[in-house]
Amino acid sequence: MKKKSNAKRVTKRAREDFWELRLYIAGQTPNSITAIANLEKICEDQLQGKYRIEVIDLLEKPQLAKGDQIVAIPTLVRRLPPPVKKIVGNLSRTERALVGLDIQPVR
Amino acid sequence: MPQVKLKVSRTPLPKTPTGIDGLDEVTGGGLPKGRTTLVCGSAGCGKTLLAMEFLVHGAVQYGEPGVCMEFEEAPDKLVANIQSMGLDLRDLIKRRKLMVDHVRVERNEIEETGEYNLEGLFIRLGHAVDAIKAKRVVLDSIETLFAGLSDVAILRAELRRLFRWLDERNLTAIVTGERGNGTLTRHGLEEYIADCVILLDHRVNEQISTRRLRIVKYRGTAHGTDEYPYMIDDDGISVLPITSLALAHKAPTTRVSTGIAGLDEMLGGKGFYRGSSVLVSGTAGTGKSSIAAKFASAACARGESCLYFAFEESPSQIIRNMRSVGVDLEPWVEKGLLHFHAVRPTSTGLEGHLAGMQKLVRKLCPDVVVVDPITSVVSVSGIYGVKSMLTRLVDFLKVQQVTSIFTNLTFGIRREERTEEGISSLMDTWIVLWDGERDGQRTRGLYVVKSRGMAHSRELRELAVSRKGVELGDVMMGNRRATAAAG
Repeated sequence: MKKKSNAKRVTKRAREDFWELRLYIAGQTPNSITAIANLEKICEDQLQGKYRIEVIDLLEKPQLAKGDQIVAIPTLVRRLPPPVKKIVGNLSRTERALVGLDIQPVR
Repeated sequence: MPQVKLKVSRTPLPKTPTGIDGLDEVTGGGLPKGRTTLVCGSAGCGKTLLAMEFLVHGAVQYGEPGVCMEFEEAPDKLVANIQSMGLDLRDLIKRRKLMVDHVRVERNEIEETGEYNLEGLFIRLGHAVDAIKAKRVVLDSIETLFAGLSDVAILRAELRRLFRWLDERNLTAIVTGERGNGTLTRHGLEEYIADCVILLDHRVNEQISTRRLRIVKYRGTAHGTDEYPYMIDDDGISVLPITSLALAHKAPTTRVSTGIAGLDEMLGGKGFYRGSSVLVSGTAGTGKSSIAAKFASAACARGESCLYFAFEESPSQIIRNMRSVGVDLEPWVEKGLLHFHAVRPTSTGLEGHLAGMQKLVRKLCPDVVVVDPITSVVSVSGIYGVKSMLTRLVDFLKVQQVTSIFTNLTFGIRREERTEEGISSLMDTWIVLWDGERDGQRTRGLYVVKSRGMAHSRELRELAVSRKGVELGDVMMGNRRATAAAG
């Protein structure tokens, strides 16, 4: 087995794993729109296309709040890869978002 | 300058009955309708139980479905705990009269990355309320949010918004909060709840626990600032209101025999007033229980029912002892006219005893109640608080029109005057059993210290308790000395 450097190993993981992210919002509020925008940027920068974002509007589907134990809006749930992680807020604090999602920053 | 007289029309605030024993009386009808009440107290004081009973009674008795947002216990555990109190949540949930939504907020799960609000909570609550058309809501306990989310400013703003939300929808809500150090709740919930705040206090005094409920605030209602004892047992929570007789009960005029001919004679020839309170006191072995038992027996013979609270001896002991003085209580027990209730005096605090006795009296509706002896219960907590408890008990029995007879052990002449000072003033009739020496022989006597509303004998009559029964003999004349009984 060839020894890979750390950076390459991380990139390999990012390439191999597929990220499924679910963002819960409650209507198209300014904060929610900000969150969606921030999320798209983070995914573009960090996940190289290996991701899928699902936006769930609880105003349309309130019954879905219970399953993922949603209390705060917006809440982002990392469903894949496991383990499940939950972060709260509009994701403007990128470093905290990355920590919360457990993404090693690719830079 | 002309004085303008302000005419304020007083529209009473509408209230929602809780269905909890005694709480509706204490609050003058229940909790403020369409508003939020804060129930706070330390762990284990019964906040969750109170809140859940409010929901259950609402659903079952008042046709108001309810939603519980449970922040602390997992729903299975909550349902199981409440089930053990006799409230079937599962059935109500199935019939969509009740909905329990478990909200889990765990700090280590949540990284706060920017601005947010608690709209998710609102959506869940709104969804549940709409689904079963709920009128009542419980948030138990919302302070958990403070543990899970760290932005206090956001939390406070959202809490304010939540209580407004509840008010707007006219939902009668209970919010529970844990007692803080020096504050009513740990995170100051009381600032947001303007309408009604109830504090549950659970103290342990010399190994005996006392529970007290206090209405700290109730806007628009003149509430007493007193603490009301409450208890939690198999049937849930019950609060003991101070029976608001205000001494307005009608004075009874019918008389009942004491069961002892000589004693009836001493009491104006007719015996006790029905519904009156009688105290029989004396030193050890003077025959107090025998007098009480004779009265009970006479009542049962008339077809009346009797509830005998035994705090010292077991029922079988009492029956055996009474048989030896010619009083057979067993047939009355068998016929269901005489009901014994034996309790260890140390098993609970005064309030617990009071609550238990009231409950049983309400359930069995006896005509006569015997408390034998009241001394053991008194000695459990000392003089302080006793008079209050006894006043409540005696008041309560009067309202129920029960003739009550209390026995009280005294330790000698001086002590007798002291300990009974409080108790005897509550009683309509006070009989003292005297133990003394006459002409070199120990004798027993009986005299009536007081008996309200009737002319009574002032004589000291000889009391003979033997196999033949309890009889009053002649007036004791001449020199006598009371025996200073070794307590």
